[in-house]
Amino acid sequence: MHVDLTMLEWARAQFAMTALFHFFFVPFTLGMSFIVAFFETIYVKTGKQEWKEITQFWQLIFGINFALGLSTGIIHEFEFGTNWSTYSWVVGDLFGAPLAVEGIVAFFMEATFAAISFFGWKRVSKGVHLASSWLLAIGSNLSALWILIANGFMQHPSNEFGFFNIDTSRLEMTNFWALITQPVAQVKFLHVVSAGYTLASIFVLGISSLYLLKGKHVEFAKKSATVAAAFGLISSIFVAVIGDEHAYEVANTQPTKIASAEGLYVGEKGAPIVAFGIPKNLKATEVTSNEEGFAFKIELPKMLSLLGKRNPNAFVPGLKDLVNGNEEYGIWPLSKLAAVGKEAKDDLLKYHEAKKAGDTAAMEAAKADFYKVIWEDPKNGIKLTKADLIGYGYFANPNIDPNLIYPPVPPVFYAFHIMVGLGFWFILLFLLAYVSILKGTFVQNKLVQRLAVISVPLPWIATSFGWMTAEIGRQPWTVFGVLPTAESVTPIALQNVQATFFMFLTAFVILGIAELKILFTVVKNGPKGAH
Amino acid sequence: MTWAPITVDATHFYLQVYFWIIVAVLGGLFLLMTFVQGGQTLFHTSKTEMEERAILNSLGRKWELTFTTLVLFGGALYAAFPLFYSVSFGGAYWVWMLILFAFVLQAVSYEYMNKPNNLIGKGAYKFFLYFNGVVGMVLIGAAVGTFFTGSNFTYDPVTRILEWGTAKDGFNLRGLEAAIDFKHGAWFNLAMGVLVFAAARILGALWLINDIDNNEFPELIERLRGVVKRCFVILLVALLVVLYGLLTLKGYAYDIHDPTGKVYLEPGKYLHNLLSFGAIPLILFLAGLVLFVWGVFVTAFKGSNKGIWFSGLGIVLIGIIVFVIAGLFGTPFYPSYADLQSSLTIQNSSGSKYTLEVMGWVSVAVPFVLGYIIWVWYQMKKQGPITREEIQDPESHAY
Repeated sequence: MHVDLTMLEWARAQFAMTALFHFFFVPFTLGMSFIVAFFETIYVKTGKQEWKEITQFWQLIFGINFALGLSTGIIHEFEFGTNWSTYSWVVGDLFGAPLAVEGIVAFFMEATFAAISFFGWKRVSKGVHLASSWLLAIGSNLSALWILIANGFMQHPSNEFGFFNIDTSRLEMTNFWALITQPVAQVKFLHVVSAGYTLASIFVLGISSLYLLKGKHVEFAKKSATVAAAFGLISSIFVAVIGDEHAYEVANTQPTKIASAEGLYVGEKGAPIVAFGIPKNLKATEVTSNEEGFAFKIELPKMLSLLGKRNPNAFVPGLKDLVNGNEEYGIWPLSKLAAVGKEAKDDLLKYHEAKKAGDTAAMEAAKADFYKVIWEDPKNGIKLTKADLIGYGYFANPNIDPNLIYPPVPPVFYAFHIMVGLGFWFILLFLLAYVSILKGTFVQNKLVQRLAVISVPLPWIATSFGWMTAEIGRQPWTVFGVLPTAESVTPIALQNVQATFFMFLTAFVILGIAELKILFTVVKNGPKGAH
Repeated sequence: MTWAPITVDATHFYLQVYFWIIVAVLGGLFLLMTFVQGGQTLFHTSKTEMEERAILNSLGRKWELTFTTLVLFGGALYAAFPLFYSVSFGGAYWVWMLILFAFVLQAVSYEYMNKPNNLIGKGAYKFFLYFNGVVGMVLIGAAVGTFFTGSNFTYDPVTRILEWGTAKDGFNLRGLEAAIDFKHGAWFNLAMGVLVFAAARILGALWLINDIDNNEFPELIERLRGVVKRCFVILLVALLVVLYGLLTLKGYAYDIHDPTGKVYLEPGKYLHNLLSFGAIPLILFLAGLVLFVWGVFVTAFKGSNKGIWFSGLGIVLIGIIVFVIAGLFGTPFYPSYADLQSSLTIQNSSGSKYTLEVMGWVSVAVPFVLGYIIWVWYQMKKQGPITREEIQDPESHAY
């Protein structure tokens, strides 16, 4: 298929822009919905009016974000069809199911109980209202679960739940349970939601600290900060623990992503982690040692092997190994993968030509060839067929640089490292806040309050960079190892994609600024002005 | 291009029919929920700030449900008929992009409209709501129109090459040609657009008459009754055009037992579909029509405020039947006039048997979901209609 590469880049840029903008609001909703439910639970238990005021103030802020999160979410459902139509057909059988389930089990729950939670303060009993606030939080988080199951499939498509059907020329699902329970998706879900809890906690802690610094709404701020610090401390520690597990999954399922994130050009036994560094954008095929890859770096020896393979002396393949192959460790060169993939593509065409001609013998021959096992690990019961490598056929084109089989190092490296660095800072911040709250000195502790205020934008940076690590890191695939991004896009003239890009950009700039202005006004007016 | 023979597998076929019926039910429910969009075009009927806020708050509690129904409608089509999603969304690019854009702008407008410091002012957000109500509805109606008149594309399922605008005598505006290419049924698509818009507006007025306190806002209620009367005239004209089209259009057809799945044109196809199955589709369609008209009649002339329940149920039935005759009884639901054999049927565009089975089990949750939606709706309504006091109450999350 002929693809206009400029158009492809615009389509990617459009998806990246709409996804990142959506992702400013999602983690906030995930965390804030629970924080509001906590406050309301305390209100219902104690019956004290001040807790009701606290609940309603944070709910007002939640509502302002919720609206924009909802409206920017629908864009992706449409965009999969409009800009990624080939993707939608080839993997729709697997990818569509979790999206539909999200709609049925999560999205309605979210929207329906949001109506009670926002508008039902005087229309339903206290108990029903409280239950609605909890169901809203659970619904939002369930929604994230199904989306991340769908994303987990893109990160790690496995033979355990799908296969390429030669008759329909697409991937089809074989095991739904395996799709939803695969560790990549589950770990990703826990990492993302706990990051959302951390983000919302920092927001509440930061705004409360702002009031304390100004000497306003002191009781309100103290109570809000206490809940936020406790929730934030648990969540931020959990993000790091599950983040380690996530990195382990990635190291074993997407070697190109982890090698790019660490700037590892040449594979090593006992590979280090680069704690700080300035990576260069090099072609892996031209690199001879890892020293060339960085202008400057500080390393933690053996840590990558330890974290990625759970063994300090294990071999971690570098980008060069993943392009050129490495016989010693059984890694195939891209050229070999691409050649097999090309054969699979040819078998597919032969099969359909024979089918059209009604030649059953030729059909059977092509089919047998297509599903031929080309590698086998009897010990672990793993089989690799030609069909599994059909996506690599795209790289058989001699005009495609083999170095495009991995994502560019600098953006993935920076995004990953900044995210991790900020994650550690959040743990420290919550520790400081929590300890001073326990000691009863938080209201006087201007230093911690100032740190909390300036930290408010940081979790948004961390979550955005986390998302970029995941999505840029997966390139050049939409479905890792199975469907190249270039073969996923809708064949359409460049101008259409550019026009819609600017349409969304304009809307986002206007709505984004409006959102911030409304938010600042609400924060400035403080809890007494809520509702 | 020709399609590969349809593998005749009875279970798979019944699942495809089942999911098309689910799509039809969701489509019908979505049409009911478009009272929100219709209501958004009625702000001009308010003469005071309080009347305007009554409209805003009445609709503002329900828009999420419409939005969610649309999302689920899309999600169900994606999971059950992924090839439709791919061909229609990727092909009729601008139709779907504009519909999408209209809904993106809508979602924030309720929340931001009356908040201080909202950057672009109340008027702009009101315009977004109006845009969603007019452009969104007309385009959705016209898009459904193309389920009958066809679209301009060819598709090769093996190479997955989709080409839009391949008909020699057709236009290519990435979907928008459906509104200007009169040779290929633009008149029908436009009439469908106007029909959906007029129906949404009537439903909007009926809903507001029901949901806003009639004693506190008597003038507003009277003006809304006027809207119901006037819009009904527009609806009738559009409806006659659509019915004329349904009865006279050469419909697209295929034989569900034919292993080649060959698509051909059949005069009176949609009438035949209405008369299939012992004319049950026709009976339900007429029942829907009668209910809809009855709701309009009692509201416009009898001073009732219960019209929405009749017209609402009526539009659900009409919507279901429109989708049923577009896709069942051997009818390609997304036909191509550029190349008949590229037309999409529920059989050649569906998900695998396994996926439909799984989704079939998931669909068991639907009655449960409908149950809690109705329960919540009842909880929120049992305290009576929206009053001045509630709008002004600083503790209610009023817009």
